[in-house]
Amino acid sequence: MSADAVTAEAASTRGTDDRLMAPIARWIVGIATLVALGALVVVGLFVAPADAVQGDAQRLMYLHVPAAWVAYLAFGVTALASVLYLVRRTRSLVWDRVAGASAELGVIFTGLTLLLGSLWGRPVWGVWWAWDARLVTTAVLFFLYLGYLALRRVPAAADVRAKRCAIAALVAFVDVPIVHFSVTWWRTLHQKATVFNPELDAKIHGTMALALWIGVLAFTLLYAYLLDLRYRLETLEEDREERELEAAIADRVRGSAPREPVGATP
Amino acid sequence: MSIVQEAALIAGKDLKIETRARVITQQILPFGLIVLLLFAFALDPDRGVLRRVAPGLFWVTVLLAALLGISRAFSIEAEHGARDGLRLSGLDGSSIFLGKAAALALELLIFEALLTVGVVVLFDVRLGSLAPLVLATLAATVGLAAAGTLYGVLAAGIRARETLVPVLLLPVVAPVLLGATRAWEASIDGVTSDAWPWVALLGIFAVLFVGIGMLAFGPLLEES
Repeated sequence: MSADAVTAEAASTRGTDDRLMAPIARWIVGIATLVALGALVVVGLFVAPADAVQGDAQRLMYLHVPAAWVAYLAFGVTALASVLYLVRRTRSLVWDRVAGASAELGVIFTGLTLLLGSLWGRPVWGVWWAWDARLVTTAVLFFLYLGYLALRRVPAAADVRAKRCAIAALVAFVDVPIVHFSVTWWRTLHQKATVFNPELDAKIHGTMALALWIGVLAFTLLYAYLLDLRYRLETLEEDREERELEAAIADRVRGSAPREPVGATP
Repeated sequence: MSIVQEAALIAGKDLKIETRARVITQQILPFGLIVLLLFAFALDPDRGVLRRVAPGLFWVTVLLAALLGISRAFSIEAEHGARDGLRLSGLDGSSIFLGKAAALALELLIFEALLTVGVVVLFDVRLGSLAPLVLATLAATVGLAAAGTLYGVLAAGIRARETLVPVLLLPVVAPVLLGATRAWEASIDGVTSDAWPWVALLGIFAVLFVGIGMLAFGPLLEES
């Protein structure tokens, strides 16, 4: 059975809209993502000039900055979807799935942001890691939502889990500004910023800015595409679980029922 | 009953159980003192390192002890269907939250007071300006107890809660560790002007998490 047939069947048995995008929209977003990523490779690697100070390492910014943007976008979507779940009028497991799918992508892109930043920091700053306010905040953010994902994995009834996770997501979201403030104060009270020295923020070249914008566009499209994909996967998983449970119950019922005497049927 | 009376009832119940079970005095407090010893083993006590980093070590120890305290606060509700009892008691979710958080905060304050003696004696710390130090400790403890109670009820009834609560709580209370440690450092150095912004931050954290806890505790308790 093709994946589409499974989806269609699941939709028919569940009677819920279990996709975020219509198939045609998914195709358009997917192709647009590929085109934008291709353009990013071309512009980022070949068209934009190498940075005068940082050399080719600066090209990592075309991935690092879009990844960070998508991470924030994803956590924002998680928070919004959690609110929509908690508000009684809009309560639907759709929002729970969106929140979970988006948080997963957010964690991946936060991890990517940290990794790319680290790869960039080594040649430019000379260290893999610096106790800079933004870095520390991002690291805490990563762990905040890693915990949220751990909570999502805890088996429970769908509505119990959804409510619990929605509250946890909102608490994490509210905590982010406090973490950011405290870390910023911490680093500025103790030492002046040594890494972000203003001279490095030279005027950004036209094609460099272009590469950055293409990167943001490409990653945003990628996020939308992956969100839809992850959402569908979640509904399929739930569906499979349901079916397995039904099969197990049917098995149990058949096993415990009195056996029909052999030859009773004519 | 007013919310304060209800909260006092719950806090009284928790504290009564604690004074009878003596888990705090016989397990959590010795645990804290052992951690102080371990820090001395890990960081050479002769070079003055301990004294310089004492505020950080103190608050890390408090965090670890708080994890134990939270686990305690909800394991007493896990037995004999106590959680069902709470749900059926007719008490408001927010007053149950306030009561449990207050009991936890009080236990932590006792722990902190005794641990302070340990730090002063073992690490040769002189406390400096007391006002910001005490206020920072109070605010940090209230924030920690509120956040801890919130995550405690969130994870109550989950089999893996002992491992889940630290993963969820520690990143959230990172600002408390940061703020309390800086406030202590500044107070010990006698630079009170550096301590006050941190006390304010700890206060904001405490108010915020008491608020969130009062809103969220009821719905979470319902379905744990």
